[in-house]
Parts: sequence; structure tokens; C-alpha cells
Amino acid sequence: MEMSELIGIWLGAFLTLGIISFLYGDNPWYKLCEAIFVGSSAGYWFITLFWDNIYSKFYVGVTQDGNYMLLVGGVLGFLMLMRLISKIGWISRWPLAFVVGAIAGFYLINYFSSNVMYQVNATIMPLFGSGYGDPIFSASFGNVINKIIIAGGTFTGLVYFFFSKEHKGAFGATAKVGIWVIMLTFGASFGYTVMSRMSLLIGRMDFIFGDWLGLIK
Amino acid sequence: MKKEWLVYLGILIVSLILFFVVTEPITFSPTVSFIIIGLILLAIVYIFVRTIQGNYVGRQTVFLFVGISVILPFFMTITQPIKLSPEVGSLYTALGELQPGSKVLISFDYDPPSAPELQPMAETFFYYCFKNDLKVLIMGLWPQGPQQADLAIQKALEQPDIAAKNIEYGVDYINLGFQAGNEFVIQRMGSSFKSMFPTDFYGTPYDSLPLVDGISNFSNIDFSMNLSAGYPGTIEWVQVAVDRYGVKLGAGNTAVQAPQVYPYLNSGQIKGLLGGLNGAAEFEKVVGVIGKGTKFMVSQSAAHVIVIAFIIIGNAAFFLGDKRKKSKAAEKKEA
Repeated sequence: MEMSELIGIWLGAFLTLGIISFLYGDNPWYKLCEAIFVGSSAGYWFITLFWDNIYSKFYVGVTQDGNYMLLVGGVLGFLMLMRLISKIGWISRWPLAFVVGAIAGFYLINYFSSNVMYQVNATIMPLFGSGYGDPIFSASFGNVINKIIIAGGTFTGLVYFFFSKEHKGAFGATAKVGIWVIMLTFGASFGYTVMSRMSLLIGRMDFIFGDWLGLIK
Repeated sequence: MKKEWLVYLGILIVSLILFFVVTEPITFSPTVSFIIIGLILLAIVYIFVRTIQGNYVGRQTVFLFVGISVILPFFMTITQPIKLSPEVGSLYTALGELQPGSKVLISFDYDPPSAPELQPMAETFFYYCFKNDLKVLIMGLWPQGPQQADLAIQKALEQPDIAAKNIEYGVDYINLGFQAGNEFVIQRMGSSFKSMFPTDFYGTPYDSLPLVDGISNFSNIDFSMNLSAGYPGTIEWVQVAVDRYGVKLGAGNTAVQAPQVYPYLNSGQIKGLLGGLNGAAEFEKVVGVIGKGTKFMVSQSAAHVIVIAFIIIGNAAFFLGDKRKKSKAAEKKEA
């Protein structure tokens, strides 16, 4: 193993153990590691964004490729900095308005198509057919149950969020089913989150006991 | 000396002993492994009984047990059966439909913190592609993505059957690097890859790479794979590449992100999904590789058992504590 790699591994182990030490309680070692993480992350992102955006795209694009349209973006970006000067800070609202408008327009189409139309289509499927245009009774029993759960869960979940009518009687019962569906969804999400966090811990422990201490085959 | 400094000193001494004295990897035999598992379960039962008796454990005990459950399986020789789920199976089926020489685009939209979950997927995916003579184009919407790709490529190339194939950069795979711009990069790639990646990760001009000869946009790509840990990631790929340009997309996600991606699987917008470490292990199984996904699953399952056990213990403590409070309040009232 090269010396630079060895130093890197020892440094990684020092920082990992420092961060994990927070489980015991707040301490100077943890604070040092946290400060290093925050500082190095900020520095890394600053340099990455500077070289990838301002230099590679803007500077090279204008000076070498002759793409003068980029100057429009450059000027808007510069105007954004005006908020640092309180007297003319209002100018920064112009580029902000442009960004908000452009992003809203872009997202409106994307979300409406991908998250509304396709999802509605996938929710209301033929009950006994495998799909649209397939022969009737071609779906398996499990598939039929799945479709009922998806359509029923979506409907009851939407009923729960309908607040113009009091949640009483049959409407209230449907809303109650809706809240159960929502809770189950949150439970599944929580389970996946636990799995993800455990995976991160496993990764770090693999580094400590494998790469650093060499105790794992 | 403060107590915490003694703890630091202890950690340092234990680490140095392990580093310098124990020079060989440690492996427990199955018998020893089962004895350890039994002892841990007994300890859990003991904590449960103590909790019922009103002696609650501190959070440090929970951390300790989770730590033990994660670490000890590394040294055990026991394995866990892995069952193939439909979402991983459908990804494998979609990949199986590709002919040798098909162009596969893979986007690395994650950084090292998410590597434990996504790196095993990447390594297995590259292994599959090289084994089946698929041509691979790599890119990243996260700055560190292409570096993660390089690490995964190295691992895949170390496999004996792949090493025998003499996989060549520029011919069998290329790394186009990172491009800033999030989903707008995907949007531009719909008309021209070259406009977003004028050079590859190493500075070679796009047109000088033999692999991209004839590849101008998504219409020349047979399959896309996205490994994602957040934004920009699978959702943006679905919204732009799939729904606008008709790209066939498979996804590998961190477990945190997987529930947000499942609706796209149900609607057929993505062809398959690898969710978290479990998805990585299943993909390794179906491809026929034993990687870190498979190895880590025992730790993952053990940690889940411990978490479930402490959820039960915590609930027991909560309800019994509530009952005790009520009975104490009733006693006070009577007095």
C-alpha cells in the first residue's frame, strides 16, 4: 500500500470514529470532525461549481466558442449579486423572477405528464385484464387484488385530504381507511429509511474493520 | 483527566493493537457464530425482562447492540438466502432483451456517502454489460459520480472472465464525466450528447471516441440505467428522458429514495428497480456474482432484527411506564 493511500485511510478512520463518537455524547473530537466536514464540503462545492459553471461553461463558452447568448445568463447571474448591496438589492428580483418563471414552466409540463397523467393511467387499470387492450380475465388473482388496493388506497387517501365536508358517517369511515393507507405508506418509507441508514453504517464499519484494520477477508 | 479523554485513549489503544497485533483476517466458524447469535438474543431477552420490571436501558445500549449486530456478521461464515423480487427480475429481463453491441447509457447520480448501497449495483451492472458485450457510456449529474464509476469499472475488470475479454476504453466503454445543469442536461442530451459532453472525463474530444460514432442523442441508446441517491436522479430521468424521449430506463436507488420511485415502476415508466442494499444483493444473485451487496445482507438483517427487538422493548417500556404512572397517581389520590 502506498504511503498516500495509508495516510488517507488513517485520516478516514480518524474522521469516521470522530463522527461516531457523537453516539456517546457531544465532544471536541466530534466537533473537530464536523467542522472539517462542513468546511471541506463548502470548499469542494465552491471549486466544483466555479470550474464547471463559471469557467467551463460561461468563460470558455463566450471567449472560445463565441456563444454570446451565455452573456444573458451571465448578466442575470451578476444581477443576482446585487442583493449584497442593500440600496439596489431590488434588482436581484429580476433574475429571480426569470428563474422562477422558467423553472415553473419546465416543471409544470414534467410533473403534469409524469406524475399526474401516467400515474392516473396506472391507477385506473382494467380490473380483470392484464392491461389496456388485453382480453378480459387475463389478470392473475394477485394482480386483481393489487389493482383494488392501488385504486382503493388512492381514492381513500384523496378522501382524507378533502376537508370541505365533515369527516362523518360513510365519508368519515372512508377517510379513516385513507389515513390507515397513508400511515402504512409512511411505515414503509420509514422501514426503507432504516434500511438505508443501516447500509451507511455497514459501509463505514466495512471501511474500519476491512480497509483500515484489515480484519475482514 | 476527563472521562471522555480516557475513552479516546482507549479507542486509540484498541485500534493500534488491532492494527499492529492482529495481522490476519478474523473468521468465526459457524458454531462460534451461532453461539454469538444465541448470546446476543439472550441479552435482548434479558433487557426485555428488565424493562418489564421497570429498569430501562439508555440509548447507548441500543447503539451498542446495533453496532454489534452490524460488525459481528463481517467475521461470520454464515450466509443468508436471497429471494428475487419482481422489480429486480423485470430489470434483469429488460437487460436480457439487449443484443450484444447494444449501447447502454448509465448515469452515476450519487457521491461516496451513498456508495455502500449503490456501488455494489454499479459493479454488478458493469460486470453484466461487459460479460454480455454491451457497450457502455458513463456520465454523471453529480460531480463525484464519474469517479465512482471508475472505481466500479476497476472492480468489474478484475473479474477473471471479464479480464479475459480485453475490455478497451473508448471501444467498449467511455466515461463522459460530470455535467452541471441537473435535468436540463438530460433535456439537452435529447437533441445532442456532444453539446453537453464535448470531451470525455479525461479530456478526449467526443468525436475522437470510436464508441460514440453514430451516437448523437437518446434515439441511438438501447437502454439507460440510473443509479441515484437523490436530486437530480431517477425522478428527473423519468420526467425528461423517459416521458419526453422514450428512453428505456432501469433504476438503482438508495433505500430512502426507493419508495418515491416505486410508482414509476407500477406505471411502466421504469423497467426495473434495485432498491437499496437488498436490491443490490438480489441483482448480484440473478447475475451470478457474489459482491458486497450479498456479503452485507447478513449485517443488514441482523441490524433489522435488533431494531425490531428494541422497538418492541421501547413500546413495552412506554405502555408499562404509562400504567405505572397511572397506578402511582391513583395511590397518591388514595393517600
